Amino acid sequence: MTLVQFWFLLIAVVWTGFFVLEGFDLGVGMLHGVLGQDDAGRRAAINTIGPLWDGNEVWLIVAAAAMFAAFPGWYATMFSGFYLALVLLLAALIARGISFEYRGKRDTASWRRTFDGLLTGGSVLVPLLIGVALGDLLHGLPINASQEYTGSFWNLLQPYGLYTGITLVAICVVHGATFIALKSVGDLSVRGANLATRGAPVAGIVLLGWVIWTHAIAGKGVLPNPVEVIAVLALFAGAWLIHDGRQGWAFAATTVAMALTVLSIFSELYPRVMISSTSSAYNLTIHNTASPGYTLKVMTVIVAIFLPVVLAYTAWTYYVFRRRISVTDIRAHSGE
Amino acid sequence: MDKLDLARWQFAATSINHFFFVPVTIGLAFLTALLQTAWYRNGKPEYLRLVRFFGVLLVINIAVGVVTGLVQEFQFGMSWSAYSRLVGNIFGAPLAMEGLVAFFLESTFLGLWIFGWDKLPRGLHLATIWLVSAGSLLSALFILAANSWMQHPVGYKMVHGKPQLNDIWAVMTNPVFLWGYTHVVLDSIVTGCVVMLAVSAWQLRKGSASKEIFRHSARLSIGLLVPVLAVDMLVGSELGVIEGRYQPMKIAAAEAQWQTCQPCSFSMFQIGGGNNDHTPTQIIEIPHLLSLLATNSWNGKVVGLTPLQNQYSAKYGPGNYVPNVFVQYWAMRVMAYTASLVFLLGLWGLWLMWRRKSLANSRWFLFLATWFVIAPFLINTAGWLLTESGRQPWVVQGIMLTKNGVSPSVTTTDLWISVVGFGLIYTAIALLDAVLMVRYGRRELAPAPSEGTAEAGQQVRVPSVLY
Repeated sequence: MTLVQFWFLLIAVVWTGFFVLEGFDLGVGMLHGVLGQDDAGRRAAINTIGPLWDGNEVWLIVAAAAMFAAFPGWYATMFSGFYLALVLLLAALIARGISFEYRGKRDTASWRRTFDGLLTGGSVLVPLLIGVALGDLLHGLPINASQEYTGSFWNLLQPYGLYTGITLVAICVVHGATFIALKSVGDLSVRGANLATRGAPVAGIVLLGWVIWTHAIAGKGVLPNPVEVIAVLALFAGAWLIHDGRQGWAFAATTVAMALTVLSIFSELYPRVMISSTSSAYNLTIHNTASPGYTLKVMTVIVAIFLPVVLAYTAWTYYVFRRRISVTDIRAHSGE
Repeated sequence: MDKLDLARWQFAATSINHFFFVPVTIGLAFLTALLQTAWYRNGKPEYLRLVRFFGVLLVINIAVGVVTGLVQEFQFGMSWSAYSRLVGNIFGAPLAMEGLVAFFLESTFLGLWIFGWDKLPRGLHLATIWLVSAGSLLSALFILAANSWMQHPVGYKMVHGKPQLNDIWAVMTNPVFLWGYTHVVLDSIVTGCVVMLAVSAWQLRKGSASKEIFRHSARLSIGLLVPVLAVDMLVGSELGVIEGRYQPMKIAAAEAQWQTCQPCSFSMFQIGGGNNDHTPTQIIEIPHLLSLLATNSWNGKVVGLTPLQNQYSAKYGPGNYVPNVFVQYWAMRVMAYTASLVFLLGLWGLWLMWRRKSLANSRWFLFLATWFVIAPFLINTAGWLLTESGRQPWVVQGIMLTKNGVSPSVTTTDLWISVVGFGLIYTAIALLDAVLMVRYGRRELAPAPSEGTAEAGQQVRVPSVLY
């Protein structure tokens, strides 16, 4: 494997890490209002991801920054081409991020409702918009010979891109509901489990549709490859496992589904990074957008040293906060 | 306004806004870690109460720093894609390192600190706040390394007209970076000290029930403020000399010095001035001071803007290479004068502390110390204007002009939408942050958690904070 290939793989892995980790806290953000029946319930749902969401979001920053360093041409074309979509994405991330901290800072119902709304809306928009963007990369966008995007905002909203976004939102919902089931007790956990049981097969069918559509675009027959089959089956398995009360295994299943879906997007792309609908000669590839070897070498050394450290303390954090959150704890804490 | 103006306004406004919160985070994280270390060592519950109190302010701030930082990470590619494409292989590297080395550390351990009070042993929990502080300091390190490369590019070779990184060590030992980073770190600690002092002074002035306890934080912040600011001003002065060496336009413009001088005097104020007025009325001129500030020597020579402009035109082709002189002149003075006032306030505080009991009783001092909370924000903003506006018209000194860095595919309409959108969002969150900071800064100190009163060294269970 060349360094350029290694960096493409690494970026695919970082995006996968983002969707696997942030994926469940996005799901929790979307569902906290639905699953938490009162304020204490909503707070319990939010607190299942309380110590985790901020670290999870760093995967997105690292994904963007790694693209900037390793494939500046890709970063430049994609981020300027998706300009307005990214403005919207940033607005959603801001709304979500401040909701966590500020929701509890005033004790009035309207204040909390405002931030509940921002958290829910932001959490839906983030995977939707990123999904649309990833779908667009695969489907192709008007790009000229000098690697510049020549379309407008409306070119980004093509059916395949939108469907990719919806697919990722659906998996995030199931992933998040399973996480709530796993990390809470009592009613909240049951409601999370019920939603995951019903939602996972739907997400599985949506994902199957995405797989078929993706194959149709690539013109290589509709039969899914083994990775895609496992991703779809993992969602059905998740539904069965959670119904059976095996929440840890169910969460493992939704993790597998999420990871394989995101990896499929990147393996479909390879060795291209952005497809030009103007002419395939203008495709952006890992080769015509990559940084020179020296930069990649330096970055590889940094990654080799620090990524294991990051993974170790991230795993330790999940171990420290392994205990389930109960609505009773929340009530006791706020003195109700 | 055209595309370039809009893109520049947006970048300037979002960066300045982001840097309202960053130094508070760096400074307060460090101070909170100090307070918690004090509690760890002496076990006195009043220190725990202070940690929890200032910890809330820290967390309110970090939230905004994090979300506005996301915008920073994205907008190089969004609005400045030509720039990103050209220098991504150099500039992108420290940014990626920042994410991997600093952001993960800061975010993960912040979560552990906020939610880990009752889950981690005391020593380990203390370590988490120090790692948050370390993460914030590392983050500044990498972004300053990247920024310094724009001021003074090093460690690269030109290949087919494009810069390519060939020496990362040179980038990380760039003199502009070493001095600039030290300056920013010290400045952030000063910012944290002034904020902590202002909150403590307000509490002391209002005679809150926990008056005695806020004297601890007032003394800590004053005791740290004076020496750190003294060193900070010296470092800033040295940074000026170094930038003057690589970016002579920046320093000449900061004095509105159109003609070469030797020795050079420093004017306290001027009337008029700017890029079209080369002969402003300068008031109170201090002989030799500019020579000292710009070159470290009594009779140093400062080359004027007009000869520099001629040199640059000859070297880089026709064009206007003079930065905005009005902004440079006043940014430098607002920064230096306000910092001097903060220093005087600190000295006054030290004197009051030395006279034992009088700190908490000097109403004038407490009143001024509260309002001085505005000062660091003024200093920080002016300092960055001096640095960044002084780099113009270059985005990377000598390599790329700002006007050539803007994204070709982004339209003026796109930029209008984002300028208005970000304008509204940033105003809303800055107001929200300010309101919450004031609200929580004025709260009565929460009582110590009952278990927290245990003797030092004993395992204590302090309840965690929950959202």
